[in-house]
Amino acid sequence: MAKVVLEFEKPIIELEQKIEEMRKYADNLDIVDEIEILEKKVDQLRTSIYSNLTRWQRVQLARHPERPYTSDYIHMIVDDFVELHGDRTFGDDKAIVGGFGRLDKETVLILGHQKGRDTKSNLYRNFGMPNPEGYRKALRLMKLAAKFHKPIITLLDTPGAFPGIEAEERGQAEAIARNLFEMSHLPVPIIVVVIGEGASGGALGIGVGNRILMFENSWYSVIAPESCSSILWRSWDYKEQAAEALKLTAPDLVEQGIVDRIVPEPQGGAHRNPDEAGSILKKILLEELRTLKKVKPEKLIEQRIEKFSKMGAWKE
Amino acid sequence: MAWFRRSKQNISSDGQKKDIPDGMWTKCPECNEIIHKKLLEQNLFTCIKCNYHFRIGSKEYFKILLDEGTFKEMDKKLRSVDPLGFVDSKKYSTRLDETIKKTGLYDAVRTGTGSINEISVVIACMDFGFIGGSMGSVVGEKIARAIDVALKQKFPLIIISSSGGARMMEGALSLMQLAKTSAKLAQLSDGGVPYISVMTDPTTGGVTASFAMLGDINVAEPAALIGFAGPRVIKQTIGKDLPKGFQRSEFLVEKGFVDLVIHRKEMKDQLTKILHLLLN
Ligand SMILES: [Zn+2]
Repeated sequence: MAKVVLEFEKPIIELEQKIEEMRKYADNLDIVDEIEILEKKVDQLRTSIYSNLTRWQRVQLARHPERPYTSDYIHMIVDDFVELHGDRTFGDDKAIVGGFGRLDKETVLILGHQKGRDTKSNLYRNFGMPNPEGYRKALRLMKLAAKFHKPIITLLDTPGAFPGIEAEERGQAEAIARNLFEMSHLPVPIIVVVIGEGASGGALGIGVGNRILMFENSWYSVIAPESCSSILWRSWDYKEQAAEALKLTAPDLVEQGIVDRIVPEPQGGAHRNPDEAGSILKKILLEELRTLKKVKPEKLIEQRIEKFSKMGAWKE
Repeated sequence: MAWFRRSKQNISSDGQKKDIPDGMWTKCPECNEIIHKKLLEQNLFTCIKCNYHFRIGSKEYFKILLDEGTFKEMDKKLRSVDPLGFVDSKKYSTRLDETIKKTGLYDAVRTGTGSINEISVVIACMDFGFIGGSMGSVVGEKIARAIDVALKQKFPLIIISSSGGARMMEGALSLMQLAKTSAKLAQLSDGGVPYISVMTDPTTGGVTASFAMLGDINVAEPAALIGFAGPRVIKQTIGKDLPKGFQRSEFLVEKGFVDLVIHRKEMKDQLTKILHLLLN
């Protein structure tokens, strides 16, 4: 049972609880038919709610505190995972985790932003907001992967790069820029998956790949809806409108020519069935890798640069 | 995520204040010196008393750096198409039309070829006056095309930045311009063509987190604000006052992210010297 329930999830959860309760008495009372009716009803309710989610509701799902995070996916989809630490210059950023592991038989580098689940772990993970050393650790690992000809999988889930004094002192902008520059010409396949929040440069800093995937209920944009609201509407109250205006959902980004493929989620969102979300992702990653492995290194680079060069909309 | 706050602030109040005002006399916002317009222009829009650098646009910068009559503009009329149909307090398309009318520019960067003391270069200069110098699809595409020309002609690339960051009104497409311009710079770098990044006040957000920080040589005008997050956002996040000189050009030299600070009056000569050293 979910501990955190979003407003629009409530009617579903309430019905589910009721069915659960009725099941306890089902042996003694003849209420099988009634349970069946309720189950149909909850199914209809789920379909109607989840096929009509607003963009803001998707943002809320993307931020759901019980949603699987990078480490969860790593443990669900790779074996023999060895986490590697540090940027070899300043320190080890806990807001980005990464290492080598086996996806089926093949070694891959898998890394991503890491949020915490409670106050304590969120403080430890800095709420998934990396400092420069996080991006530099990621780059160090990606260069290792290139050296040993291993494919790279990056998982994006951050409310943004950390805006702090030390982050600026150590070159937050340079760290992100350097990653964009270097990732564009690494000679191995790179698959990027937005698993939750893809907020701006902090997300993109590990997001240059041959294939860009987005979970059905994730978001990806240049700014979070709240910040956008505070700047353009001069108030924090227009986050729903900002989310609509930014067109930040997976289907939106497919339409904008940025995202290649949407990773479907279990009904109700990845947090309702993390294992299923993990196995769906694993299956899709294997498919994508099978295709990319046939491409020569120089072609991978060419294709990646070409892909990003095409992004944008203008007229002459 | 947060650099836009700064840009908005600049558009609404700060930006107006620092723009070159009409009338014959201008007051230096730093030392309050009253300077005659002609003298200010002769002094390349820097204060005669305290060296404060007034914010200038591409028109002025091209004139300062390039040999007379050598500038050939590229992709001049490339324009945004409002890909998201973005509406906040007004339509983005209206905002664009109004800005184009007001500034006589088509977007926040102008690109072209020209020569600096007879060295052929590809040059790009941002205009902060165009929606806070924000980078959307057009800025990204024009920079990308300029890089293609530099690579093809083997002309050194110079980009003069002045920006509040990526442009919100084009959503994720604006964000992708960071990757697009950086990927193009990687190609330029592989081609062995030099790139000098010139940062002016302010260079923040997505522009800093992409091409502005990726120069083979990074230079900056004195006291320019350069950073990822804007100072207001950082202050809000940490709830403390920021140290004096934080995120200014000299601070970035100190921290190792800018090679040198160059006074606007010496910019042309210094760039010439650097280019000669790299090319010959
Ligand atoms: Zn002065």
